[in-house]
Amino acid sequence: MTGPLFDIAVAVARIAVFFAFCFGLVVVMTWVERKGAAYIQDRRGPNRADIFGIRAWGLFHPLADALKFLFKEDFIPDNAHRLFYQMAPMFSLAPAILGIAIIPFGPDVTVMGRTIALQIADLNVGILYLFAVSGMTVYGVVLAGWASGSKYPLLGGLRSSAQMLSYEVSMGLSLLGVFMVFESVRLSQIVAGQGGLLFGVLPKWGVLVQPLGFILFLVAQYAEANRTPFDLPEGESELVAGYHTEYGSFKFSMFMMAEYLHMVVGAAVVATLFFGGRQVPYLGGAGFLFPGGFAVAVPPALVLLLRIGAFVAKVVFFAWLYVWVRWTIPRFRYDQVMRLGWKVMLPLSLLNIFATGLIMLLLKG
Amino acid sequence: MTIGIKKVARPREMSFPESLYLVEIVKGLGVTMGHMLSNIVRQEGIKTIEYPEVRREMPPRFRGCHRLMKREDGSPRCVACYCCATACPAKCITIVAGESPDPGVEKYPVRFDIDMLRCVFCGMCVEACPCDAIRMDTGWFTPPDDTREKLIFTIDTLLEK
Repeated sequence: MTGPLFDIAVAVARIAVFFAFCFGLVVVMTWVERKGAAYIQDRRGPNRADIFGIRAWGLFHPLADALKFLFKEDFIPDNAHRLFYQMAPMFSLAPAILGIAIIPFGPDVTVMGRTIALQIADLNVGILYLFAVSGMTVYGVVLAGWASGSKYPLLGGLRSSAQMLSYEVSMGLSLLGVFMVFESVRLSQIVAGQGGLLFGVLPKWGVLVQPLGFILFLVAQYAEANRTPFDLPEGESELVAGYHTEYGSFKFSMFMMAEYLHMVVGAAVVATLFFGGRQVPYLGGAGFLFPGGFAVAVPPALVLLLRIGAFVAKVVFFAWLYVWVRWTIPRFRYDQVMRLGWKVMLPLSLLNIFATGLIMLLLKG
Repeated sequence: MTIGIKKVARPREMSFPESLYLVEIVKGLGVTMGHMLSNIVRQEGIKTIEYPEVRREMPPRFRGCHRLMKREDGSPRCVACYCCATACPAKCITIVAGESPDPGVEKYPVRFDIDMLRCVFCGMCVEACPCDAIRMDTGWFTPPDDTREKLIFTIDTLLEK
């Protein structure tokens, strides 16, 4: 294949593979959520859907759910604003999908003499693109809340917009420390920067150089994704289902997909920024090199697989952490969310920036 | 001491590490993970009964699905007197009477249908029956099924129970 054709083929293949990976994970996560919740609460969870008598621990339930959503009546309530009501699920899902674009899934690979980055687009604005895109999610929620023409979605949309705007601030500020340490906003360079060693012993992962930033970012991310303990925009006990109360059939499932896609992309971002992305501790291009001078040679193909595997494992762990936290912590009250966001998270993230700058100045000086 | 005032034990003040919640959240995560792992390893420890494959043991006097009693020769004990159908508050019993071939018995039920979807399991039919032909001692409530017709129990099914 020649130049431009090869480039187009590579671009399409990358988009297809990463898209399929994220959506596959979304499908599995819906099952993990239900089954994990059941086992945490001493129940059995979904186990009825079967194909030819094979039940496989309820693994076919996501398929059954999808079929059910597809075949349900596409209903629009009388009071709804018809255009905005139908736009809202798209505005909710699209930003979540766009987030996949900048995540580096693995190291560069060489195919037919050309180096290919396992990243759809290595933008020079990097993580700022993610903020810009995920900030648009709030439009979907607000549109859904307002266009439904019903009181519970409106309240849910209001809560959600206030919450997302509040936590957007500390989410952005909590990452400034990472940018200062790795001196870039490009995700590929942040990942490359985490390959080094800290004091010659520990891997230089974001979580070790920015522990406070990690905690703040994780909390802000849970608030952004509307996940427990910040799921009060869709608090069942108060608001029926919040902003998507009036939605049914595939429009509802688009909201669900958006929520789980946010979890997957969020997990990938946390893994990339704070847990070294593709980096395996002490693994270099030729093999493991442990601090004591002890080295193990690893063939390059295995290094590649180890690195992609490390990234996938980190993403799966953080996606599971969303579920794990959901079934552990109860929901915050609205005033507690606001107090945490403005009075705790914001000052702490500013303090984190100040402390990071001070330490870097002292170490350099 | 003023009468009517009772000292209530308030929760103690949280210490500083507790008020940060971080350690406490990790402890909570440990609890939930413990539950999950033990439930995965020991599936039989889960209390859920997998109805309808597994049935719960009901107490002996549980008032459940009906059955019709038989005489010693195998014919139904019911004489189609309509007492149960009259007593039934849900109007779920349908009886069609016919003339009995036995000269000692006047009538017998040609049809005896109980619509289990309408039955309220009150037991009035059992109390009304003059010849102890209907009982509710099968120890089970209405089983699940996929059509309404299958849950209208006819005389044959009621006699077999």
